[in-house]
Amino acid sequence: MSEKILMKGNEAVAEAAIRAGCRLYFAYPITPQSELIEYMAKTLPKVNGTFLQAESEVAAINMVYGAAGTGKRVMTSSSSPGISLKMEGISYIAGANLPAVIINVQRGGPGLGDIQPAQGDYFQATKGGGHGDYRLIVIAPSSVQEFADSASLAFDLADKYLNPVMILSDGLLGQMMEPVEFKPRVSDEEIEKHSEMHYDWCMRPNEDGPNHHHHEINSLEIDPEVLETHVNKLAEKYKKIEENEIRYEAYNINENNEMVCCAFGTAARIVKSAIDTLNSEGHNIGLIRPITVWPFPTQAIADSIHDKVKNVMTFELNLGQMVEDVKLAVNGKVPVGFYGKVGGVVFTPEEIIEKIKENLGGK
Amino acid sequence: MKVEIMSSGFGGQGALTIAKFLTKAAMKEGKHVTWLPAYGPEMRGGTANATAVISDEEIASPIIGQSDILFALNQPSLDKFGPSVRPGGLMIVNSDMCPNPLGRDDVEVVNIPLNTLAKEIGNTKVLNMIAIGVVIEKRQIIKFETIVSDLTKFLEKKNPALLELNIKAIRKGMEFVK
Amino acid sequence: MKVIASRPKALTDAQFTYCPGCLHGVAHRLIAEAIDELGIQNNTMGVAPVGCSVFAYKFFDIDMAEAAHGRAPAVATGMKRARPDMNVFTYQGDGDLAAIGTAEIIHAANRGENISVFFVNNAIYGMTGGQMAPTSLPDMKTTTSPYGRKTSDVGYPIQVCELLSSLIAPYYIERVSLLSPTDIIKAKKAVLKAMKFNTEKRGFTFVEFVSTCPTNWGINPVDSLKWAKDNMIPFFKPGVYRDKSVEEAK
Repeated sequence: MSEKILMKGNEAVAEAAIRAGCRLYFAYPITPQSELIEYMAKTLPKVNGTFLQAESEVAAINMVYGAAGTGKRVMTSSSSPGISLKMEGISYIAGANLPAVIINVQRGGPGLGDIQPAQGDYFQATKGGGHGDYRLIVIAPSSVQEFADSASLAFDLADKYLNPVMILSDGLLGQMMEPVEFKPRVSDEEIEKHSEMHYDWCMRPNEDGPNHHHHEINSLEIDPEVLETHVNKLAEKYKKIEENEIRYEAYNINENNEMVCCAFGTAARIVKSAIDTLNSEGHNIGLIRPITVWPFPTQAIADSIHDKVKNVMTFELNLGQMVEDVKLAVNGKVPVGFYGKVGGVVFTPEEIIEKIKENLGGK
Repeated sequence: MKVEIMSSGFGGQGALTIAKFLTKAAMKEGKHVTWLPAYGPEMRGGTANATAVISDEEIASPIIGQSDILFALNQPSLDKFGPSVRPGGLMIVNSDMCPNPLGRDDVEVVNIPLNTLAKEIGNTKVLNMIAIGVVIEKRQIIKFETIVSDLTKFLEKKNPALLELNIKAIRKGMEFVK
Repeated sequence: MKVIASRPKALTDAQFTYCPGCLHGVAHRLIAEAIDELGIQNNTMGVAPVGCSVFAYKFFDIDMAEAAHGRAPAVATGMKRARPDMNVFTYQGDGDLAAIGTAEIIHAANRGENISVFFVNNAIYGMTGGQMAPTSLPDMKTTTSPYGRKTSDVGYPIQVCELLSSLIAPYYIERVSLLSPTDIIKAKKAVLKAMKFNTEKRGFTFVEFVSTCPTNWGINPVDSLKWAKDNMIPFFKPGVYRDKSVEEAK
């Protein structure tokens, strides 16, 4: 680990992606992720990488599709409205079993919405968004350090499962500066190895003489039975991801909790502050913070409902999206409440303290 | 120790950099820090503000409801953020641009003509460093030496004259409240 | 016995899925022959579109990607940027390239992207069953212009070669046809040129094939050739619209 640098989340994740071996990046400008695309524009040429500002979000994600088909680490980033435009391409990438990383620096919606932090794209990220049966691995960091660290995790998971991975951030994480420590930059040899692991399926030069390969990058299977097999194989992969890749933080979860809170990303930071204050006043409140929002830490939430827990409160910067998954996890054991802010308005710790107090004792 | 700081003013007055310099210096001194700008169209000439949190412990929320220290570089900033300074907190008010005081007596108020003092030094850009000088003297959140060494690294080769002015400005701020 | 004609190496053994009289097979063959002649089968990748030629990825015996509708130039851009050591081409129809994919083709051309684009123009949507294309002729009847293409309502057919040649970056743009053996020989030369320039990394190369669609035009294959000659050629004039190699030779 190197020395700590004070950096915006948008820049930190860009630097971390380059350090993780990303040498191909295609994107279109949008607020509040501009620092990310600008950092890539400035830095990628210095490491013999490719930066290309695409003519549209749609073109950018399709450039990612093409580059991912060559088995190389490739990334794009955008903010909510731009991610909506990319959804078609993301579905194709998922359908074709391609590794790629997509960053969403979320802002308020629907429509053009505004440019302030929000978490309204939870459904889009975790339940689809594009057409067809597919899953994205979705990492939801809650600090600049975790945002940066999620880059190499995202690439590793994408390579491991041949699946698109989304980093679900928001305007606050993108714009905020915090100290960050970076992993060392992977070597050119390691970058070569990243792509060599895909040699059995990716598009690349034939080096084996007359017995050359014919690799197809494709999501089209016109025969229903063949497509059925293909989609069932995807389902097997998703099952494996659910078995192996759930990540979450259990904060002050213990047998004497009177309430368990659930929140992800930026919202979880604020909830943590509120819990700290309340616990210092003698309460005992815990927090489950999903780090992967898909696969979702269903079991961890179920296990956190100890005997004294009267209810669960979910806090999000939306109208209540993750709360549906929390309810499934709690499965009726105790009531699940929700409090959210929308429109790019972010709650303060004081507001959360008040909401928790209102709901203590299972009210 | 945990200090929550709000810094606000017109775009271009240096409100964001005040918070950023404090954040950076505190990080160098081994503290946990966050810096969060209000972003968007506001930054183009409207009001601009940033919050900074400096703490011995890990920082949970970078969003603050109340502040311990407020830098109000103009009247709208004082009106908007003055009421949410915690009792016992510190308000550094640019008296050149804040004709109407809030009249709070439960906080420590430093009325300081930042524009006038900056002009005396010879460069209005150093207004933010004067404000930082005030906070160095009033609250022991960062050391004078840390910020000077940071500025030196940044400006020594690029613009030694500006470095000199900045250090002078910090001293001026410190002296004003001595 | 002397072999005087055989299947190009760059085509797989898969049977074409095209209608009788369709010229996609001819266009495929020309590209495959060019790949063979240039000896680039080992380092060429292609992009198939959405449209009748959607299965082109099965037919070319090289690495192929299947793109979303209209996005082939963007996909090809990603492939070329990731693998600059390989040659990349797209194969697209008129709906794919000149309607839903207009932005992608213009910007790939404008970047001078080092790819070859092969554009098959038969003035109609084939795969979906004969709807109006951006290149359908004035007054032409299709299933979505049953009273004829009204130019006052939906404008004129897009002349893609003319449009692209207004850009500075493209290296080579030519329109050919597949309507007679002579035309096909000319077309072959254009394909070869486009791909050769591509191997030499000279920039964006583009070949438009004026073609037919007997099935959706409702005209038998032989008469389709005549119909195209009489109606399409006057509007889509064959010729070289850009060839920087000529300027460079001067």
